[in-house]
Amino acid sequence: MIELVNLFITAVFVENLALTFFLGMCTFLAVSKQISTAIGLGIAVVVVQALTVPINNLIYQFLIRDGALAWLGLSDMNLSFLGLISYISVIAAIVQVLEMFLDRHVPTLYNSLGIFLPLITVNCAILGGSLFMVERDYTFSESLTYGLGSGVGWAVAIAAMAGVREKLKYSDIPAGLQGLGIAFISAGLMALGFMAFSGIQL
Amino acid sequence: MSYQHRKILFDPIADNNPIILQVLGICSALAVTSKLSTTVTMCIALTAVTALSNAAISVIRNHIPSSVRIIVQMTIISSLVIVTDQFLKAYAFAISKELSVFVGLIITNCIVMGRAEAYAMKHPPLPSFLDGLGNGLGYSALLLAVGTVRELLGSGSLFGYPILLLERDGGWYVPNGLLLLPPSAFFLIGMIIWVVRSWKPAQVEEPEYRIYHAHRPEVTS
Repeated sequence: MIELVNLFITAVFVENLALTFFLGMCTFLAVSKQISTAIGLGIAVVVVQALTVPINNLIYQFLIRDGALAWLGLSDMNLSFLGLISYISVIAAIVQVLEMFLDRHVPTLYNSLGIFLPLITVNCAILGGSLFMVERDYTFSESLTYGLGSGVGWAVAIAAMAGVREKLKYSDIPAGLQGLGIAFISAGLMALGFMAFSGIQL
Repeated sequence: MSYQHRKILFDPIADNNPIILQVLGICSALAVTSKLSTTVTMCIALTAVTALSNAAISVIRNHIPSSVRIIVQMTIISSLVIVTDQFLKAYAFAISKELSVFVGLIITNCIVMGRAEAYAMKHPPLPSFLDGLGNGLGYSALLLAVGTVRELLGSGSLFGYPILLLERDGGWYVPNGLLLLPPSAFFLIGMIIWVVRSWKPAQVEEPEYRIYHAHRPEVTS
């Protein structure tokens, strides 16, 4: 149990997907102009990440890793080259199902998250989470924790970034740095701050 | 090559750069630029995938039902990325290990998706191919600039060959360790944006908020 708590905290702070691996940067910079929308997107990412990483873990463990098809009697089959296409299809399908489910059963949540869900399919943080899960060979419970933790970490990062940018728009910035330029530099400073967590072994 | 084709090919390099103007494909720009060898590999891989996926999607654009187009595009792009990944694993295994998940992440690189959606779905194959190539080159231009600065000033070498003699090997140059850390890429890209926008003022963004200037100075004094 304690290992899972450690893994969660590591995934949120030490290995923050947005600020130490720079995944999901396009949406991170494009949708961080307002705190409320940033939090909405953050919640959507947490939900999708917590679903896709464990499901991709099951697919990896039982279908495509080297020798995973032993339960079908095909113990020397290695389908790992099909990994990328399977993970991205799972992600696209889950996002689609989630969108339809929310539309049908939780319309209020659908209205607030609706526009972000299609964006999430092409968010590298989601695919990155699944690929890290494969690379580090997590078990099912570890992948559940990692998915949740990395999603929360990304959400925290984008919410903090939106807070910084809301204040930033009142400051006097050189014309050439206006908008995207200063966003890059403040993200860099935030990333430097998060580097303080690096090297912490829990 | 006609004027129009040349414009499609070279426009994205400075005038409409995918990274600094369209805000696409930033993730990998930050993570792979600490060494030139990985940077160059990533640039070639991404340019090839963007150009080929644009051409392939454009060929079948009239047969894709619009409701499932994202899935169709994803399938084409991920097949191309799988080929690239296998190719790198076969011929450049060390570099593919260093790039780790970032080759796979070309699938979700917004440049590939964004150009497929915005350009290839509406234009014939040849211009789409050139558009993909041009955007890949625009991405490469920025990445190579960042990668050169980071490797030269961060470890005093280019492609692993020493250029500036390091102090610990008896030379004069004290390397700047910050440039090897990923956050430095943010600062470098921010500064490149500043330089490019000072050179081409049309790209400057309007500030969202301005302090109101009083027209009569005696009001404020």
